[in-house]
Amino acid sequence: MGILEVKNVNKRFGGLQALGDVNLSVAENSCHAIIGPNGAGKSTLLNCLVGKLIPDTGSVMFDGQSVLGRKPYEINQMGISRVFQTPEIFGDLTVMENMMIACFAQRDGAFKMHAIGSMWKEKDIVEKAEHMLESMNLAEKRDMHTASMSRGDKRRMEIAMCLSQEPRLLLLDEPTAGMARADTNNTIDLLKKIKEERDITIAIIEHDMHVVFSLAERITVLAQGTPLVEDTPEKIKGHPKVREAYLGEAQVA
Amino acid sequence: MFGLTKKDLSLLGIVAILTMAAPFILNPFPTESAMAQFNAGYPDLMQKFVIFGIFAIGFNILFGLTGYLSFGHAAFLGVGSYSCVWMFKLLGYNVLPGIALSIVVSGLFALLIGVITLRRSGIYFSILTLAFAQMSFALAYSVLSNPKFNLTNGETGLQVYADDPQWFHSANLPDLPHLFGLSMRATHRMTLGGWEFQFNAGYYMCAIIMLVCFYLAIRIFRSPFGLMLRAVKSNQQRMNYTGLNSRPYTLAAFVISGMYAGLAGGLLSAVDPLAGAERMQWTASGEVVLMTILGGAGTLIGPVLGAGLIKYFENIFSKINESVLHSWFGFLPDGLEDFVITIVYPFVGKGWHLTLGLIFMLVVIFLPGGLIEGGQRIGRLFRGKKASKAGKSATTEPAE
Repeated sequence: MGILEVKNVNKRFGGLQALGDVNLSVAENSCHAIIGPNGAGKSTLLNCLVGKLIPDTGSVMFDGQSVLGRKPYEINQMGISRVFQTPEIFGDLTVMENMMIACFAQRDGAFKMHAIGSMWKEKDIVEKAEHMLESMNLAEKRDMHTASMSRGDKRRMEIAMCLSQEPRLLLLDEPTAGMARADTNNTIDLLKKIKEERDITIAIIEHDMHVVFSLAERITVLAQGTPLVEDTPEKIKGHPKVREAYLGEAQVA
Repeated sequence: MFGLTKKDLSLLGIVAILTMAAPFILNPFPTESAMAQFNAGYPDLMQKFVIFGIFAIGFNILFGLTGYLSFGHAAFLGVGSYSCVWMFKLLGYNVLPGIALSIVVSGLFALLIGVITLRRSGIYFSILTLAFAQMSFALAYSVLSNPKFNLTNGETGLQVYADDPQWFHSANLPDLPHLFGLSMRATHRMTLGGWEFQFNAGYYMCAIIMLVCFYLAIRIFRSPFGLMLRAVKSNQQRMNYTGLNSRPYTLAAFVISGMYAGLAGGLLSAVDPLAGAERMQWTASGEVVLMTILGGAGTLIGPVLGAGLIKYFENIFSKINESVLHSWFGFLPDGLEDFVITIVYPFVGKGWHLTLGLIFMLVVIFLPGGLIEGGQRIGRLFRGKKASKAGKSATTEPAE
């Protein structure tokens, strides 16, 4: 029984069957990649996991609880954090403020009316945020507005915010899309480090085979909204069905 | 002190000194001089400065922090005004119950409207608030003023009549709004050389309340709650995926700013016990938006400056009529005098809106951060010069 169990999920947009009978089980503390060609339904599946979309049928269970019908913030409070394809951070706030927001969300929950005390006097939050920035190499950018950071730094900022919430499942939606090779490698190293240091489950949607094969312990291949095959990276590489559906056109490095 | 940082404390101190010394500062010209018409240090106008300052401070908590542009805040101002006058009618002329009730009623009213309008954001939110305010205006102007149930007294405006109960009124109390016997109209005049300064009880009460409001606004800006409100403005998507429910945060901000508006409305009635429906009209809602943007949305002091500037224009520029212009330009040859007056005339007197509009356009185009940004740029210019002398580069401070 995995920490995330997707059973018979169907999602239809008008005449398009975006997801057809998707079954997926992500084991706790593993790194699970979901790959597939464009339009395979990867993002739709992810959106079903975080509450942005509601599947037509089927069930999505996280740690034994259904996430269906819950709002994104409720699902996040259950322990699922999402990293977006283009980094979604608070652009006109500083790095430190971004971090503190995530720390407040983790400590105080979805809403707390805390309108009179100064935010800088919340010692535990300030310490935690500073510690987190330190460990993510963002400390010297502390007072910078995040909108003016580089793409790689924004990505690191977003991952740092997600981690400060101590999620049990981290969902990454093409975390290296549009990145230069060097930034991509940095991100891979960062994710590897996170994986080693924490008890965390990572589910990753990715186009870049280099990223997938350096990180994933298990891979699910999605094609036309249906899982083709699920196996270890070694087996996936040589799988004839996968080659046909997906890898055939682009030679695997 | 007061749980503020040094910088905020000095800002509060400056505002406190300015408001307390306003009768002097706003009265720079001797009474007999030709410039005396530019003096703003008379009670009526000074009261408006601080009351609309409160209105703008509250509006800024919603608009400046969360970015939700309400086009219906005048509804809360109006509700506050009516509540206060009703307290005068029922209990008597002491202003405290009226002010308290205006805050409570406008807060409840804001809660009701906020729950409905905050289901949408952006332009749809603005339109919804505008619709609600216009409905409130229509209710106040006609629907709620019929012989059977007269809550607002329609066109005439709500005021105190001789046959009103006024249960706690007694003969030794002033027959006008007062604070435990101190009439709001009580004015101490001080003549110093050619100058006359007026110290008005109503003004000082409003000014002290404004300082308290300003202080609370600083605390809100610096609090975790304020941080969350800025997060709403910055990126709601990230907020929701960080486990934060943006709806109650925006609703709380909406209610707080509604209560500020109600308080401002209550104070308007406290200094002049007449509440009319026109206070709820959309132009009044638009005015507070102008004030906030003109001064600098999202800054602490900007909205107060904006409110002051607009009220100054409304009351001072509008007084300049043709004969005043003739007295100014009388030294010019006749033909030229007429020509100059023809050009200047549309911008003063009844045309003060035109001047204000031009200033607003210039500010929005060249100083998107409002007057505060202008001040910061000038400050940076000076500091830049000093710093380059000392051989250091100027450090830019983050906007407050």
